[in-house]
Amino acid sequence: RYEKLIQEPVDNGSVEESESAGSSFPPTFSLSTIKNKQRRHLMFMKLKQEKRKQKLELRKKRKKERDALGDKAPPKDVPKTIENQRVYDETTVDPEDEEVAFDEGTDEFSAYFNKLTNPKVLITTSDRPRGRTVRFCEQLATVIPNAHVYYRRGLALKRIIPQCVSRNFTYLMVINEDRKVPNGMVLCHLPDGPTAHFKVSSVRLRKEMKRRGKDPTEHHPEVILNNFSTRLGHSIGRMFAALFPHDPHFVGRQVATFHNQRDFIFFRFHRYIFKNEKRVGIQELGPRFTLKLRSLQKGTFDSKFGEYEWVHKRHEMDSSRRKFHL
Amino acid sequence: MAVKSQLCSVWVGSETGILKGVSLSKKQAFNFCEMSCLTRDQEVCTMAWGDPHETEVLIGCLNGRVKTFSTEKGIFTESRECGDLSQGRFTGLAVMDSSLITCVESGLLKVWNEGSSNTAEINVGTGVCRMRQNPSQRHHVATGGKENPLKLWDLQRPDKSIFTAKNVANDWLDLRVPVWVRDIAFIQDSNKIVTCTGHHQVRVYDPSSPQRRPVLETQYGEYPLTTLSLPADQASVVVGNTHGQLAILDLRKGLVRGCIKGLAGGVRGLQCHPSLPVLASCGLDRFLRVHSLKDRTLQHKVHFPSMLCGSDTAGEVEEVKAEEEEDEDEVWDSMEMVKEHQGKRATCEEPSEASGNRVKRKRKVAKQ
Repeated sequence: RYEKLIQEPVDNGSVEESESAGSSFPPTFSLSTIKNKQRRHLMFMKLKQEKRKQKLELRKKRKKERDALGDKAPPKDVPKTIENQRVYDETTVDPEDEEVAFDEGTDEFSAYFNKLTNPKVLITTSDRPRGRTVRFCEQLATVIPNAHVYYRRGLALKRIIPQCVSRNFTYLMVINEDRKVPNGMVLCHLPDGPTAHFKVSSVRLRKEMKRRGKDPTEHHPEVILNNFSTRLGHSIGRMFAALFPHDPHFVGRQVATFHNQRDFIFFRFHRYIFKNEKRVGIQELGPRFTLKLRSLQKGTFDSKFGEYEWVHKRHEMDSSRRKFHL
Repeated sequence: MAVKSQLCSVWVGSETGILKGVSLSKKQAFNFCEMSCLTRDQEVCTMAWGDPHETEVLIGCLNGRVKTFSTEKGIFTESRECGDLSQGRFTGLAVMDSSLITCVESGLLKVWNEGSSNTAEINVGTGVCRMRQNPSQRHHVATGGKENPLKLWDLQRPDKSIFTAKNVANDWLDLRVPVWVRDIAFIQDSNKIVTCTGHHQVRVYDPSSPQRRPVLETQYGEYPLTTLSLPADQASVVVGNTHGQLAILDLRKGLVRGCIKGLAGGVRGLQCHPSLPVLASCGLDRFLRVHSLKDRTLQHKVHFPSMLCGSDTAGEVEEVKAEEEEDEDEVWDSMEMVKEHQGKRATCEEPSEASGNRVKRKRKVAKQ
């Protein structure tokens, strides 16, 4: 029995090599059949080293071939990423589509985009907010020009909205809080515009940010909207654009970015400085958060009786890892 | 133009006022609009067939005009002024013996006679959401709305409604149940009327019985039901709500037979094919989807740039004769009347998958 015990690793090793040589005769040996954890771990490490060695050899070979060919080498393959492999979305907006242009020219944001109204934002929270949410709202108010923070005294949104409309507000932003941390945002365009409900995550306040610059000034920032390609993305992108006044003050050198990637919208606020014509330095100021759209409702906030333009349905829409909606 | 419009099997109206015809066999969608200048007040509120042969589509617009579109000629042939914005949107259009019946939100139901200018008017109450005509008895019309119970009118005796529904009994807290009729349909071969409400109830009324309260009541979901449609086989109804949930309900017991997945936005128009088990749905997510009712799978999906609104996909799939066989076998297999794989012949009036507008296909692999 003692001999058998010594023999095992040798046997297993040899069996394993014959396996890796390419034959696949049953009974196939698998690492999971070794009951001893240490030995199993050793075998696994050996397997990994083998594989890594082979991969390195392959890579070296390929590099040698590529160098040997010199200029005639075929171009390098582009690695597959989820963004590359994204399923083509038929709702992607063609920039020359007239109907879309007409639709966007006459939708609820047309008053803003025709420079008829200036944005005025009311920021509030769910009832009885805790410190983090309060500070988040204050910082948001410094980032968005012409924004006012009000304490929500347990008032119903449907009652706040007519009052906002009468006081010429164009946006109502409600930050929802759960367990002392902001986790949701309802963004309602006021006269009669769409209401978007987002999930907020990864909120970093100013004092948590490393290497940040000084506080934002009162200058109107520029707005960058990245990657909103589908029709739904266009609507959301326009919603974000209409939060900020038209004419950015380039003197202030501040920029707010809404970057959409894989249906998550990342908000960043930077100050930039051109060191020379080609190089820019940026300093991140301001809060940073990510948003994910949960629903877009036509009309002002009415979750029970309103009509939804888009609702996120997890089981139907999240079944493919390569399909995105924004 | 004429050729294009003759090919179209499904007609959809949009929020920008453009009438879109979709030819599912050719997998293309065509836009038909009256003028090059579009305005938002030409938003399509309702649609109806102008005649029993389905050659004319009547479109009611937000600004009070009713346009007639001829499918044979491919152009808008007529446009009449039937009311204005102050009276509210059109909630129903119907045709009876060459006279046009229109109903608006403020409750004014008018019968416009051809040629002669006298119109018969009935006030059906305020807050009307829908007016529908009985397809078998064309002079009967039903209306209903918010706090406006279901009323059945006979146009030959317009002074009083034939049947006014009574509200159900108070609920378990002894509170009055609010009334909000959103859509109405007449069940064929019987006197019954089925309605869906904004309080997610589906009710069946029988005017021929002495009972004015609903004969059957069921609930579905938690969101207002916006439209309903009756499929070819009786005893079931398809309803859609503002969240994009479509369900097939059984009218014998009032149970949910199944749900149809795929819609992401509120359902605005639902239409079942008169003979085949096929359903077309359109909504605020800017897609027209055609589902098969038997296995509840998606057959076609067409994307449009503007929201499809208030649009009855009136004019279901017409008789498309002698379909040539196409390469896409899978969809055909799911249809009835398919004999073999090769011989998918004529009588299949069913839509094959649209691809002209780069429609995504959901392949049904099963049958093979």
